Amino acid sequence: MPEISRDEVAHLAVLARIDLDDAELDHLAPQLSVILESVASISGVAGDDVPPTSHPMPLTNVFRDDVVVPGLTAEQALAGAPASEQQRFSVPRILGDEQ
Amino acid sequence: MSLLRKTAAQLADALAAGETTSVEITQAHLDRIGEVDGAVHAFLHVDAEGALAQAAESDARRAAGKPASALDGVPIAVKDVLATEGLPTTCGSKILEGWVPPYDATVVKRLRAAGLPILGKTNMDEFAMGSSTEHSAYGPTHNPWDLDRIPGGSGGGSAAAVAAFEAPLALGTDTGGSIRQPGAVTGTVGVKPTYGSVSRYGLVALANSLDQVGPVTRTVLDAALLHELIGGHDPLDSTSIRESVPDLTDAVRMGATGDLTGVRVGVVKELGGDSQENEGWQDGVQARFQEAVDLMVANGAEVVEVSCPTFVHALATYYLILPAEASSNLAKFDAMRYGLRVLPEGIIDPSAEDVMRATRDAGFGDEVKRRIILGTYALSSGYYDAYYGQAQKVRTLISRDFDAAFAKADVLISPTAPTTAFKLGEKLDDPIAMYLNDLATIPANLSGVPGISVPGGLAEEDGLPVGIQILAPTMADDRVYRVGAALETLLTDTWGGPLLDRAPALEGVSR
Repeated sequence: MPEISRDEVAHLAVLARIDLDDAELDHLAPQLSVILESVASISGVAGDDVPPTSHPMPLTNVFRDDVVVPGLTAEQALAGAPASEQQRFSVPRILGDEQ
Repeated sequence: MSLLRKTAAQLADALAAGETTSVEITQAHLDRIGEVDGAVHAFLHVDAEGALAQAAESDARRAAGKPASALDGVPIAVKDVLATEGLPTTCGSKILEGWVPPYDATVVKRLRAAGLPILGKTNMDEFAMGSSTEHSAYGPTHNPWDLDRIPGGSGGGSAAAVAAFEAPLALGTDTGGSIRQPGAVTGTVGVKPTYGSVSRYGLVALANSLDQVGPVTRTVLDAALLHELIGGHDPLDSTSIRESVPDLTDAVRMGATGDLTGVRVGVVKELGGDSQENEGWQDGVQARFQEAVDLMVANGAEVVEVSCPTFVHALATYYLILPAEASSNLAKFDAMRYGLRVLPEGIIDPSAEDVMRATRDAGFGDEVKRRIILGTYALSSGYYDAYYGQAQKVRTLISRDFDAAFAKADVLISPTAPTTAFKLGEKLDDPIAMYLNDLATIPANLSGVPGISVPGGLAEEDGLPVGIQILAPTMADDRVYRVGAALETLLTDTWGGPLLDRAPALEGVSR
């Protein structure tokens, strides 16, 4: 199983939208390698014929009647928002200059 | 007996007999919190005003002859991972500091409907990631048995609150042992119900396929009473199962006789049941466990040794599946709709993505970042089959091991945790050592089966509590209660009183 490099952790942090600083990367990369090494033991434990389990209960197709029930009011839904405006969530710009 | 020392069942009886009021009981617990929680730090938020108002309403209902439930008026503490309308819910994280949910989790709604005053919200490892409560962004909880030691985790706050007599009852959540392991190290009772039998609606998910809400109490009967109140189908949780679990309080009554005639008890070789392979299992833990097994045999149980060979891979399986699910779940903390928003320094007109990155760096603690990165890795293309895909297959094998074991035994038993409570700080920067604490509890979560931890006595070498875990097949929660109640009766008789009678009184403690 591969070791995880500092550069790889930096890339994963970009994917995970966490702005890790240099000190955090230095700290995390070796720890993650140790963790990965210890979980690597499962490789080869289960053969190709073993079906995967994604969920402990064999539940499929959970339906309910299509009935309208009361939900949160706009005011309630926005109460915890960092910023709101005209009954909407107010967010930073979502596009770059070049887009 | 002081109100604080009574069990929830005894408090309910005293209320029914008109010997006390809910306001009196609630006030006594609030006073106790005021006295000891500075040292224990089980609570992140105490709602004295709300709890007393709910207690007054309960007393009015009772005066009118219309109590809402058997536990109407008995106060409870709620783990801070469950949404409570009007009460802060932080999950032990800075990213949710000050967030007040606009709705109640289904289990909280059921508590309110049943008339249980909510004392407050209990401390936990951030987003329930941890085994010591040290990963809380608001500082650790201290074990009432020894304030320099961990109370277990992630639900160390709920377990410590109950162990320190700050609350007669609490709710916890168990993803890999977060109810059972704190129960073990604080000398209390903790139950992880069958997956899907208690609603997860309003529980801030750590790992959806593993999380389960359950009772944290001082006795097995109290756990059954609380479990019956919060359990049952919920249309708001699509993983909620329709069938209801068998009668639990009946099972406790049957078990409380101490008679285990005809019960086949399986000792799992891979969970501390092999005297040849006992590395990592503390001697005092093994001694108490063996004693419990002998006591059960002396009272009619038939002990069989079972082997679950795939359990040795359970920890690795868990630490791939959990981070994978958690990294996906925690993506919702994006600084847009609720919680913290941090603007990055040195960027003029930052984009939404810049704000997300800055917020998640500032708002998440080390352990959460570790697991998000690990989960992102396990799910990334090129590694998915080798890690997440493989872990899902091993999960199938673990369930098959359970099926084979339950063909030979009605229940399985093991120590709940390999050691007693360790010192605060001891394993904080050694994730693997921390993870090993959940060795015996994790298989149940992977497979969805129910489990209980009951106090098994004190370890010889350090005088700290040891937990005994009892596992049963899916939907046979009544069996963990029956056998748990029997063991509780037998051990309490041996001790001449509850284990917690031997815990420090904590009177006059301050920090």
